Amino acid sequence: MHGDDARPWTFYAFAAFFTLFVLFLYGPMIVIYILSFQGPHGGMTFPLNGVSLHWFEALVSQTRVGDIAGSFIRSISLAAIVSALTVMLAVLAGLAFRRRFRGSAFAFYLTIASLIMPGLFVGLGIALTFRLLGLPTEWYTTALGAQLTWTLPFGLLIMFAVLGRFNRAYEEAAIDLGATNWQKVKEVTLPILLPGIIGVALFGFTLSYDEIARTALAAGAKNTLPLEIWAMTTNVTSPTLYAVGAVTTVVSFAVIVLALGSIAIVQRRRAAASARTE
Amino acid sequence: MASIDQVADGFTAPPCANAVAEDNSGERASWFQVAPLVLVLLLFFGLPMLVVLAVSFFDFSRTEIVPAFIFDNYIELFRSEVTLRLYASSLKFALIVWAVTLVLGFNIAYFLVFHVRGLLFQIGLFLLCTVPFLTSNIIRMISWIPFLGRNGIFNQALQGAGITSRPLEFLLFSDFAVIVAYVHLFTLFMVVPIFNSMARIDKSLLEAARDAGAGRFRVVAEVVWPLSRTGIALGSIFVVTLVMGDSFVVRTMSGGQSASVVSALQNEVAALQYPPAAASAVIMVIIVTLMVAGILRVVDVRKELAG
Repeated sequence: MHGDDARPWTFYAFAAFFTLFVLFLYGPMIVIYILSFQGPHGGMTFPLNGVSLHWFEALVSQTRVGDIAGSFIRSISLAAIVSALTVMLAVLAGLAFRRRFRGSAFAFYLTIASLIMPGLFVGLGIALTFRLLGLPTEWYTTALGAQLTWTLPFGLLIMFAVLGRFNRAYEEAAIDLGATNWQKVKEVTLPILLPGIIGVALFGFTLSYDEIARTALAAGAKNTLPLEIWAMTTNVTSPTLYAVGAVTTVVSFAVIVLALGSIAIVQRRRAAASARTE
Repeated sequence: MASIDQVADGFTAPPCANAVAEDNSGERASWFQVAPLVLVLLLFFGLPMLVVLAVSFFDFSRTEIVPAFIFDNYIELFRSEVTLRLYASSLKFALIVWAVTLVLGFNIAYFLVFHVRGLLFQIGLFLLCTVPFLTSNIIRMISWIPFLGRNGIFNQALQGAGITSRPLEFLLFSDFAVIVAYVHLFTLFMVVPIFNSMARIDKSLLEAARDAGAGRFRVVAEVVWPLSRTGIALGSIFVVTLVMGDSFVVRTMSGGQSASVVSALQNEVAALQYPPAAASAVIMVIIVTLMVAGILRVVDVRKELAG
């Protein structure tokens, strides 16, 4: 293995290609964060006409950009609820699929169909259903349900991946040592699955927080943040648009860092614990 | 249908692999565990889709939908020339974006799996690719505006370098911009499944092929590509359904000049013409299902997921 450690030329070609791809992914995003600090008389593109927080202030002070603050609070609350429900339902369902049971194929198809169904159709269906039932659409009822049809499939697929690597010997050992079923789940199963569960929570939160296709027709009178931003794209032609983009991305990144950090801490504790016992 | 069964088995096989035949109490426990998820999906996905199907046969006036069983919405849909043009437009976008994301996704996954050394470095680069997926699609989409606009960075650079004397007009608010945004948003959906497939390939197979005298490209074409087919199929399903089902990207990035089936449907909904919109959705679902079934027919997903 040490003899042929020299990189082939293709490595450098691929590395250059990969770097370009990462630039393609992040470059435009970074540009709009820079442009969000545009001076008060600057436009939608370079050059920067001074540096200011003008467009961030405009977010809260200008009423014509819409209800950014209100929609932001709604989106955060909704994302938290969706995330919690996704964790509970997807983890439970993931455990169910470890056994063969009648109807497992149906549950599986239903989940996959829900995942690949064009989002707008789901929203349309929910809006029509509630309309026919004479019920109002609200962000905390219909939009919540619409978003769950998107986050639950992701949650279940993550659980499949996590449980695929799960060694059942630990659970059997717990039973052999006299643990009750509940003790087994609480003391053995869930702690082992914790990093995956944090992953499900992360997906649940961020997918909900940014969701638009399913939510658009199901949100009712009060917009979520992505819908508010979507409305802005048609009638706001100032760097305010970039400012709101910068703010919402900072929130997403904070959630991602929090989740990945927690996973890293769990793994480190685990490594430390296994080192102690050896 | 058989091939879809096989996908289901492939997905559920790993968790079930070490399950022994269990008694009824085990099955009942599974039912209780899976019930909340199934109920939520039935209520907010299954039932609404049935309602869409029902409403597609309804009549409507300017302000309300009238329960009925008529085929007018479908007849209207098939009679209209616009329908064909919309489908041609959607299929064109799906095909181009599929081809581009497949080439990008395959090569990126290949680089991550076979060229990057060190697990931590590999995970780091993988996360670098996946993090944007967890941020706002709309923001990532509009972040192309300062790049592609008439006075945008791209045009400034071209003129600065003396390549063009006038700004290129076709960059923003065009099909080109729509495709750029799709590729930007959806390549990840190709990278992740292909990465998963490739990560399972036994590296000694590649060495064996090389020892047997295969060149670099033959190893990729005859070993890596066939063994990555599951990931390629799953990624293709994601990308095709996402593009076919989109209305937001095509509206924003084409500046209203292009349309897709779903963006036209969204206009009908905005005009409260629910029954025609529902009929259009039903036809679209049938076509997307056929496309997914076609992909699954080409790739025997089960054999490769189980292996």
